[in-house]
Amino acid sequence: MNKRKILATTSLAGCFGCHMSFLDIDERILDLIELVEFNKSPIDDIKKFTKECDIGLIEGGVCNSENVEILKEFRKHCKILVSFGECAIMGGLPALRNTIPIEECIREAYLEGPSVSDSNEEGILPNDEELPMLLNKVYPCHEIVKIDYFLPGCPPRADLIWESLYALITEQEIKLPYEVIKYD
Amino acid sequence: MDIKRVENIVANYNRDKTRLMDMLIDIQTEAGYIPAGAIPVIAKQTDTSQAYVEQTVSFYHFFRREPSGKYTVFLNSSVVANMMGRDKVARTFEEEAGCKFGEVTEDGLIGLFDTACIGMSDQEPAALINGKVFTRLTPFRVREIIRNMKKGNSLDELSTSGYGGGKNASELIRAEVRNNVQRQGPVMENDYTPGTVLREKLKHFSPDEVIWEIKLSEIRGRGGAGFPTGLKWEFCRRARGEKKYIFCNADEGEPGTFKDRVLLTEYPELMFEGMTLAAYAVGASEGILYIRYEYKYLENYLKHVLEKMRQQNLLGKNIAGKEGFDFDIRIQYGAGAYVCGEESALLESAEGKRGEPRFKPPFPVEKGYLGYPTVINNVETLCTAVKIMQFGSEWYRSLGTQESRGTKILSISGDCRYPGIYEMEWGYSVNDILDMAGAYDVQAVQVGGPSGSLIGPDEFDRIICYSDLATGGSFIIFNNTRDILKDVVMNFMEFFIEESCGSCVPCRNIPWLLKQKLEKILQGHGVWKDIEDMEEWAGMMRINRCGLGQTAANPVVSSLKNFRALYEEKIQKGKRFDEGFNLEKAVIESCEAVGRTPLI
Repeated sequence: MNKRKILATTSLAGCFGCHMSFLDIDERILDLIELVEFNKSPIDDIKKFTKECDIGLIEGGVCNSENVEILKEFRKHCKILVSFGECAIMGGLPALRNTIPIEECIREAYLEGPSVSDSNEEGILPNDEELPMLLNKVYPCHEIVKIDYFLPGCPPRADLIWESLYALITEQEIKLPYEVIKYD
Repeated sequence: MDIKRVENIVANYNRDKTRLMDMLIDIQTEAGYIPAGAIPVIAKQTDTSQAYVEQTVSFYHFFRREPSGKYTVFLNSSVVANMMGRDKVARTFEEEAGCKFGEVTEDGLIGLFDTACIGMSDQEPAALINGKVFTRLTPFRVREIIRNMKKGNSLDELSTSGYGGGKNASELIRAEVRNNVQRQGPVMENDYTPGTVLREKLKHFSPDEVIWEIKLSEIRGRGGAGFPTGLKWEFCRRARGEKKYIFCNADEGEPGTFKDRVLLTEYPELMFEGMTLAAYAVGASEGILYIRYEYKYLENYLKHVLEKMRQQNLLGKNIAGKEGFDFDIRIQYGAGAYVCGEESALLESAEGKRGEPRFKPPFPVEKGYLGYPTVINNVETLCTAVKIMQFGSEWYRSLGTQESRGTKILSISGDCRYPGIYEMEWGYSVNDILDMAGAYDVQAVQVGGPSGSLIGPDEFDRIICYSDLATGGSFIIFNNTRDILKDVVMNFMEFFIEESCGSCVPCRNIPWLLKQKLEKILQGHGVWKDIEDMEEWAGMMRINRCGLGQTAANPVVSSLKNFRALYEEKIQKGKRFDEGFNLEKAVIESCEAVGRTPLI
């Protein structure tokens, strides 16, 4: 191979569980850093894109305006975007709020929930300009930008992450044995 | 409704859990809804669980969980109803009643609800009010009806437009439904005296000979799937079982179909005789007419016909003097579920369960109702079988085409001068039929209902027969003023989303996704990829368990095939991706909720 591929990752409305699963590739991470160079990613804590990347891994769905912005940044700077994990693919747990009117969610979270009902006496709601704005619902990534590949799982298994990254990096076809695509 | 009364109803059906549908229908009819308190009582009495009863109750559209008004209006929302002015009628209902569709007025007097095609496509817009059919509604009539409701008048008093023709006017039906028989053929010819075949022919024909005669006629099932009837009877005759059942499928849920309704109204004796003939052929002792809830207004009449046939020894013991030939029929109502037209779902429903199709094999002819060998035939098939026995297979084979013998009763509706029932020999072209129905400036015809195909003028020379355009009878005409994607395809997709039983993942999800895509295209956000996605995803529908699920993407598939230009002219050229996401719109709600100005 001529050149190491450049990889970026992020967690939007996710729990970082997919990144944890990513770390579960264990000692293969040593092989990985031979193959790729990390750019914007929590793995190396680079906050802003400094290079054009080959592959972007997206964990989590899109729940606020900041997520939208980051996701669009990723699309701009990455040749290939991969939704990894259920939240990125379908919205996942955060999307459970999609059936509840947002006003009710906010009321429960800041005014009436058992953990806040007596600690937020002034009834303050998060409305500072600095804060991201919540979206009307939690969107899967592919409803905001074009996504090229999807890695299912909650989280996707480390082996699946490794296999698919390896295939993408080495530009080979991914091996998908039966055990990997069978879920129940 | 008190517990005693529920217990009584359950006892009326011997606390038999397979009669759950009947119990629930009785409760629904009496109380106007299924009170939550009734469910544990039924569960206890039938020795099932609450969950068991719940799952059945929750499956059917006409089982209401809440009081739904002293007068419950179900206004048809099918495509033909919309074309015939449903919008104005619906708005008048809302204005006059003072509540929206899906709601009940505060005083509990009137409830307004949508419902899928109620089998009145030739006289839309139509509604069911407490089970009674009101056809050809107009804003004026709606105002009249609501005024009468507010006066507390009876249902009969609400009906001001007189009774329809034929038996519809009889004392036992008294419905304003019209038959609109535009063309009679051999099946609907009034050349038949009830009981002739049972009395005259069975003397000379053994059961095997009856099957042979039916096989020779080459008649195929008239419900839509077209399975050879003689073969079905033969399989069932050969199947081993302590007893056997004959079912008549009168679920007729395919939007735009209403021919069974006319047969049930005008020729019930013929149909029941067909069931009896089938029973003789396969050796069955019990028959069940499974009929959709929408046709409940025919109940008393059909029961009366059965009673009359028993008195004439055309049902009961030693039928028509044939020693040892015992057979009787009961009526089983559904409660509003399109999928129950699928034969195995129909059986599940008749057994008191959710109408979810079974895996096949085994086929019903081997393991059907309650596990016994069962023949399930369409109303029209059974009527035709009697005529075949009366005039012989040779006569029947002389009608129609080489591979589609006999006639087909078409239900024609939509933009034409003479909507109604047409009995035609197979082999006519679409053009012939359009001429006959008085249809001009035709843009498209939906043949075989939403699950069939949508064809345009360049295919109007195609032939109605099994090898070209097969149909269960629905024939909906759209003229040039109709918006095919918005008015037709969208309506059909909404229908399939509503009516999926939810068992198979593709049927549960893909129609919904296709509708999203279609909406996106209609809003101008479509790209080339959307059309490709729709085609690819629709292909996954073939792994669904039942025939209805397999065809539930057909409105999209068929319009993509025959009206592709309509899609292509709406998509954005040269743009590869557009999900139509609008950040500004997406944050409005939350910013309002916390009191901040959106900052984009």
